[in-house]
Amino acid sequence: MTNVAWNLFWIVVFPGFLFTSLLGLVASWVVRKVSALVQWRVGPPVMQPFYDVAKLLGKEILVPEDARKGVFMAAPLIGMAGVLLLSTVLWRTAIAQSAFLGDVIVVMYLMVVPSLALILGGSASASPHAAIGTSREMKLVIGYELPLVLALVVVILKAGGQLNLAMLAQQTPVYSISGMVAFLTSVLCVQAKLGLVPFDIAESETEIASGILMEYSGALLAVWKMMQAMMLVALPLFLVTVFLGGFGTTGWALAWGIGKYVLVLVLLILIKNTNPRVRIDQAMRFFWTYCSGALVIAIILAAIGSRYGIQWL
Amino acid sequence: MKKSPWVFHVNTGACNNCDIEILDLLAPKFDVERFGIKLVGSPRHADALLVTGVVTAQAAPRLREIYRQTAKPCVVFAIGACACDTGIFYSGYHVVGPVDKIIKEIDPNAIIAYVPGCPPKPEAMIAGVVKALSTL
Repeated sequence: MTNVAWNLFWIVVFPGFLFTSLLGLVASWVVRKVSALVQWRVGPPVMQPFYDVAKLLGKEILVPEDARKGVFMAAPLIGMAGVLLLSTVLWRTAIAQSAFLGDVIVVMYLMVVPSLALILGGSASASPHAAIGTSREMKLVIGYELPLVLALVVVILKAGGQLNLAMLAQQTPVYSISGMVAFLTSVLCVQAKLGLVPFDIAESETEIASGILMEYSGALLAVWKMMQAMMLVALPLFLVTVFLGGFGTTGWALAWGIGKYVLVLVLLILIKNTNPRVRIDQAMRFFWTYCSGALVIAIILAAIGSRYGIQWL
Repeated sequence: MKKSPWVFHVNTGACNNCDIEILDLLAPKFDVERFGIKLVGSPRHADALLVTGVVTAQAAPRLREIYRQTAKPCVVFAIGACACDTGIFYSGYHVVGPVDKIIKEIDPNAIIAYVPGCPPKPEAMIAGVVKALSTL
């Protein structure tokens, strides 16, 4: 096979679309099942997310009269493409150790694409609820991007200035004080990126009727649901790669890698189930003051640690 | 659609009894998420409309609009005696009709299921949903 064919195979079949979306739908079942168990319920069967998507694909697509039709239809596909590339890059790093210089920065940009697509779709759908959701999502993105970048700075400092994902995956920063702080704050940022409960301000069903996604129906809604399911794979994988020492490829290392992924996922679900939704101003204050403040201290500790060779700082 | 009916709750002038029973369904005791039933926030996402209450003159245009906004195919459930045939309020000055009359004005082929009772028990609603979905 030629190089192009291999690249297509990676994007479409193995770590890309097919694999990630199947795994993502299973992960979204895990989210619903664990939430049900926390609330002493039985919860849906394993196939439930698959039934949901199959049903949505067969339904009518309604486009609001005043909506920008092109942008409205394109936004879910843009978001999906972003997550697809993100997950392909991360899995290629995890499995084949193939990385390129500066891919950390590429990953940072790709992680914003789904949020941008949500903002695009919400503002194109000409609905007041979606407009409120869009403005909240914008503020939330501004809020959580700063601590996430600062957390990455900590990791890069600990790796001695490496901008390469495969090199970052070689070390486990959580075994140090600054790394632990960075890990915990970025778990919260990922929670906000996934739109899970304490930070589901943009999509809150009880006040603005699922906000951004309000006007979407049928196959377009199915694409959004798939995108969110794929983010459930890609973002915990990002945390595992950057903070927890990455995936192995064989035997126990692989099993331990999967264990770390499940651990991060369950941590996210438990945060989701034990916290009420915050207001947008509370979220901004939380991310900018507390998270960023803690991370500035962590960066100083990491800088001192790497200057004098103290591993545990 | 049989495996994952997402429902949207429409109150067209009910006394809240049926609504409370619907909320019971979603709570841990009956846990209809076992069957994939989920309450959604927008009629665009819904497969089934749970309509409670006699349709009042104020609510009728809204009910028509919500039915138009729902992505087809969809099922309309008339929950409770009032929604099925206006119940004890049949002679009220503000009552413009049971749910099926209003829906059939705009879509004569609409699928409508009836769950009578004042209010219907959650078990009765589950039975109604199962029967309606098995005929689709």
